[in-house]
Amino acid sequence: MNSETLIPKIGVVTDIRIDTPDVRTFRVVGLDGKKAFEHMPGQCAMLSMPGVGEAMFSITSSPTNTEYMEFSIKKCGCLTDWLHAMEVGQQITIRGPYGNYFPVETDLKGQDLVFIAGGIGLAPLRSVINYVRAKRGNYGKLQVIYGSRSKEDLVDYQEILDEWMADEGVEVNLTIDREEEGWDGHVGFVPNYVKELEPDLKSKVLVCGPPIMIKFTLAGLKELGFTETQVYTTMELRMKCGVGKCGRCNIGNKYVCKDGPVFRFDQLDELPDEY
Amino acid sequence: MKQLSLEKLNDLFALIGQTEALYLPVDDAAGQAAYRRWQPGYTLSKALNTVRSAKDFFFPQTENLVDFKMQGKSIEVIDPRTEQENFVLFGVRACDARSFSILDKVFLADPVDTYYQSRREHGTIVTLACTRPEETCFCTVFGIDPAEPAGDVSCWIEENTLFMKANTPKGDALLTLAAPLLSEGGDDAVAAQQAATRSVLARLPLAKLSLDGMGGESMLKLFDSDKWAELSQACIGCGTCTFVCPTCQCYDIKDFNTGDGVRRFRCWDSCMYSDFTRMAHGNPRLTQRERFRQRFMHKLVYFPANNHGEYGCVGCGRCLSKCPVSMNIVKVAKALEGEVK
Repeated sequence: MNSETLIPKIGVVTDIRIDTPDVRTFRVVGLDGKKAFEHMPGQCAMLSMPGVGEAMFSITSSPTNTEYMEFSIKKCGCLTDWLHAMEVGQQITIRGPYGNYFPVETDLKGQDLVFIAGGIGLAPLRSVINYVRAKRGNYGKLQVIYGSRSKEDLVDYQEILDEWMADEGVEVNLTIDREEEGWDGHVGFVPNYVKELEPDLKSKVLVCGPPIMIKFTLAGLKELGFTETQVYTTMELRMKCGVGKCGRCNIGNKYVCKDGPVFRFDQLDELPDEY
Repeated sequence: MKQLSLEKLNDLFALIGQTEALYLPVDDAAGQAAYRRWQPGYTLSKALNTVRSAKDFFFPQTENLVDFKMQGKSIEVIDPRTEQENFVLFGVRACDARSFSILDKVFLADPVDTYYQSRREHGTIVTLACTRPEETCFCTVFGIDPAEPAGDVSCWIEENTLFMKANTPKGDALLTLAAPLLSEGGDDAVAAQQAATRSVLARLPLAKLSLDGMGGESMLKLFDSDKWAELSQACIGCGTCTFVCPTCQCYDIKDFNTGDGVRRFRCWDSCMYSDFTRMAHGNPRLTQRERFRQRFMHKLVYFPANNHGEYGCVGCGRCLSKCPVSMNIVKVAKALEGEVK
């Protein structure tokens, strides 16, 4: 890692995709037109607009994408408001990668994988899903269970339809919270849908979404017979430095920016319940 | 061991001050000791310790990290640092000297904080042994010996003489610089003073404070203790404890519009403040109970869990004397003692 970790690089925004009413996906490259740095699925980067703010975002593109990085960002504060208002060609600052990553080359290799996401929680998992799809032979069956408030709130909907659903050996199960016109898929909350679908108990599970969804999903998985050692999630807490020194993103003695953001649930059990 | 008559102390300061920036505790108009850059006429404070710790010299209250110039959609990134000058910190007490090694474990861990590292490399620390520790002192609980303070150079003042001993190459260099003023001798005088000081230390009211059972093994038990509600009840979240603490190292990063660009700086922050962990989707530490718990869990449990049992406290006693509601780490440690036995 660059030892001048607090001094960012310049990133250039080359594309802005409107995903949902409050989520946009920004494509970013370095000043030389290439990827700003390499990363692994689940790692994060600090993005900022000087004078507005700096914050940590998960890198939603897969490391196997050799041309650029993507960030799916929900509009929910000063910086994200600003990012949503900017235009293509805008320069921002970027530093990273930060944190650990999903163990795609170790524990998850050769396994059947179940991805469970709620809302913007798909952003960090998309990196893993596309990594695994690009290295298809290294993994078993893939199942994606994804839900959001409504159809228009499904992030990456077009990519899911055009690419993920078209893949052989990838099962995609979508759900929305309430009935709506033009939706003939499943309706209901993610945790209940997971219980209905009864994913294969041999699978490793990766969960990300709102805290309440994660809580009920984990409870449901346990009811089905999954153990905590099979289930991974990715956490977020407020961060400033990204390297375990500014002192605010800790859960017990672990810093989410450095020791996380990816944790297995049995690891979280050993830490104070403060997240 | 080298020695110097105290009558020549100002000559020593002048000699060092000629070649390097020299900082030492000086009394202000209100009689409070604070580190000041030496200039003719300044005399070394007789206070036991400075109100603020010496951490400012390596981890200043604010410092500029990076400058940005913006034009249209473009951004230019500028490293604002100029060459770090050498400096000498004179009169540091043993507790503050230990705090540097605790800060090192944070800032020099990979990836190294180069802002901090540069100051550490350019600073020479001259410590001064304590002879009259106060009732708020409990450095010995952490294995610190204020009669034999660490540092590049250790000093003792006895009667009318300053005794100096170099412990590192930086210390050797400083004593070489001061050589024209120094003479050999003083081992016996220092040994006598140390024996006297140590007998006082053993009788201090907090000398027997027990931290048995603290540390990583007790993390969940201590975190879930119902003592925190009562302990934190009086805390007003002012952050004074974190401000005067020599080991508190949490920081914020903020941007400032200079009119000509944007300056990104870091400044001390405090886990005692409500917005320290506040995010768009909520706050994991909603009340002062959680924030208060974080500070003491960090020093007594989380830090030792990550650093081979070393606590994030040096027993300087500043939080004991400065907390406006008389809450402090000693009361917390005593209250929690029963939880882990």
